[in-house]
Amino acid sequence: MRVKRLFVFLGGLLFGFGLAASGMTKPEIVLSFLQLKDLGLLLVIGGAALVTGLTINLIPKVMKEPITGGKFKRRERILNKRTIIGAIIFGIGWGVSGQCPGSAVASIGIGNVPILIGIVSMFIGAYVMGRFFS
Amino acid sequence: MFQFFPLGIFSYLIGGIIIGLGVSFVFLTTGLHASASSFFSTTISYFSRRPYFQQKEYLNSRDWRLTLAAGLVIGAFIYTIAFSSFFTTSVEWWRLAIGGFLVGFGTRLSKGCTSGHGISGLASLSTTSLYAVITFIIVGILTAILVQALGVLP
Repeated sequence: MRVKRLFVFLGGLLFGFGLAASGMTKPEIVLSFLQLKDLGLLLVIGGAALVTGLTINLIPKVMKEPITGGKFKRRERILNKRTIIGAIIFGIGWGVSGQCPGSAVASIGIGNVPILIGIVSMFIGAYVMGRFFS
Repeated sequence: MFQFFPLGIFSYLIGGIIIGLGVSFVFLTTGLHASASSFFSTTISYFSRRPYFQQKEYLNSRDWRLTLAAGLVIGAFIYTIAFSSFFTTSVEWWRLAIGGFLVGFGTRLSKGCTSGHGISGLASLSTTSLYAVITFIIVGILTAILVQALGVLP
């Protein structure tokens, strides 16, 4: 549905704007957190999770359904070995390069051309996971 | 306080709140959880016939996930032309390549990344996501400190 995609796009604009404003689109700033030189990243995740947490937990009490229809649902994932092994592998990649999926995609918008190498590599990693380990 | 936040706390807090407003806006209007890493698998579904990539969940979400990614790029672009300047990372290409591969592989195996587990998952009070977040933050810190100790900068 067109209206739904427009809303996703507008939310994405805010998301990308916030990522750039927070500096997370720069791998250097993410690395400065992981090297424990600047703990700002915790404020970014914490601030975003807090605002989103209020929305996810309070809005369904005052609204029956999303504006474009459908259902309000929490994000549920089953905990298993893959959750933790995947998080370990992701953590290594994050620590090596200072990139994560959302910040890497948004980083294109700040003109960071070399990040395209990282994004292509993420696609290859996602493909290898789905092709050989699913 | 200052040694923990040498650049101050303002940009981090404001940025985090704006990210939260974006994710909240998508939830409020559509009920969807705007997270990033699934985008790789759902986009591959346009090209690969493999059953894993052709699963219903991916086919149903691939269009809006591509739209979300476009929003991320353009939102960051708007911030940059309005308030900042263009930036090129000095992290070497081989780190972006190796790190990127592990990020793509690991986030899809774990079914979530910094936004999926870290924002939407924690906001949904999911203990699965809490364990994932604690794991990737600890491993990320240990890895970054090791890489730095080996003399690779920044």
